[in-house]
Amino acid sequence: MGLTTPAEQRTVTYAPESQEGWVATRMDFLVNWARANSLWPMPFGTACCAIEFMATAASDFDLARFGMERMSFSPRQADVLICAGRVPFKLAPIIRRIWQQMPQPKWCISMGACASTGGMFDNYAVVQGIDTIIPVDVYVPGCPPRPEGLIYGIRMLQEKVKNERSSDAGTRDEMEPDPTSQLYIPPSVIDELGEPFGNSVNQTRSGL
Amino acid sequence: MSRFEVVRTGASASGGEPVTQKKLSHRGEAANPSGQALQGKFAAAIKRVEVIWGETVVYVDPPSVHEVIRWLHDDDAQRYDFLSDITAVEYRDPEAPIEVVWHLRSLPFRRFLRIKAQLLKGKPLEIDSVYDVYRAADWLERECYDMFGIRFRGHPDLRRILMWESYKEGFPLRKDFPLRGRFSRSEQLRQALAQNPEARYSMEELTIADAFAELPLDMRERLSKGERTGE
Repeated sequence: MGLTTPAEQRTVTYAPESQEGWVATRMDFLVNWARANSLWPMPFGTACCAIEFMATAASDFDLARFGMERMSFSPRQADVLICAGRVPFKLAPIIRRIWQQMPQPKWCISMGACASTGGMFDNYAVVQGIDTIIPVDVYVPGCPPRPEGLIYGIRMLQEKVKNERSSDAGTRDEMEPDPTSQLYIPPSVIDELGEPFGNSVNQTRSGL
Repeated sequence: MSRFEVVRTGASASGGEPVTQKKLSHRGEAANPSGQALQGKFAAAIKRVEVIWGETVVYVDPPSVHEVIRWLHDDDAQRYDFLSDITAVEYRDPEAPIEVVWHLRSLPFRRFLRIKAQLLKGKPLEIDSVYDVYRAADWLERECYDMFGIRFRGHPDLRRILMWESYKEGFPLRKDFPLRGRFSRSEQLRQALAQNPEARYSMEELTIADAFAELPLDMRERLSKGERTGE
């Protein structure tokens, strides 16, 4: 008897003018909405792209409009790693450790040609794309990208965040290469597979 | 002479401001008087003196370089008190020797002097360090070693400075070094990721002995054993 709700409480009345409105929604939507609009970037600026990134954060383009005004210079309070600029091999373990120090959920934007592919620095010292070290969600092309381009990339990342489902556990899995795994391909085999496309000493990519 | 006294010579001695020459010819400009002085003092060690674009280049026999630079630094009439740069040049001609270059500047006399020593290929690339004359030579010689593989005898801590210390591919600015390195991309990446960036934080590098007690426990243990991890 006491478990049945009185009839007058089973219907919902919506009265915007009463200032007591409430909203029913999906949990995913609410969480993703909150996450997408409060992405705290971890700026990893190594070159001229970082200058464009500063311009994006400054008042003209104003990243604060997208909830990103809080630059997090500690990876432990960051959501997005924005790699702006070329990454030399000497920085490779450092950016990987920064990525590992960031708590889940985390995303990564590769800003500019150098961070995405190595760009014009096809030489002995520069990593040919940070996606060989850490997973990347959005690549922003340009050399360097204009602030509009970076903001477009950030909006794309926000779209991606908003479309995530908490039931999809795979999106947050982190995989470290495990040499004992059957899926592991050692560097020598990767070289062999890549042989038709040239190797580091003799590449067919740029014809040098 | 006190250490910070400025000796006014030439135009500046008569009160005029020093003038930068605008039009220089390739050869035949007035030589730096230090070149003449060196030829008088170290006649056997000085191979030749050239003036190129108004800058005097002195070719010195490699074993005498340290002695020459020490004299240029100490002598009251020279006083080359500022070491601008140490670098090296390798020419495309495989027979041509590798040149090690010192850029010296005398602030009191407003002089610039370029010293060159030619090291023959096929012999060990070794030359005396000038670290005991100029402390600034520390990192410059390390860079020169890192990029060209020239060993500076007497340098207190000669190891790589730009590339990481476990770098195994050789010396990148040498002519026989391929642009993309000797190893494949995946091998380069594997080796780069295997380096331990914290290994560079050695006690001697940071002189953090004062803050030793405030370091994390594991770092304190590592450093007290005198080890540089990962290398």
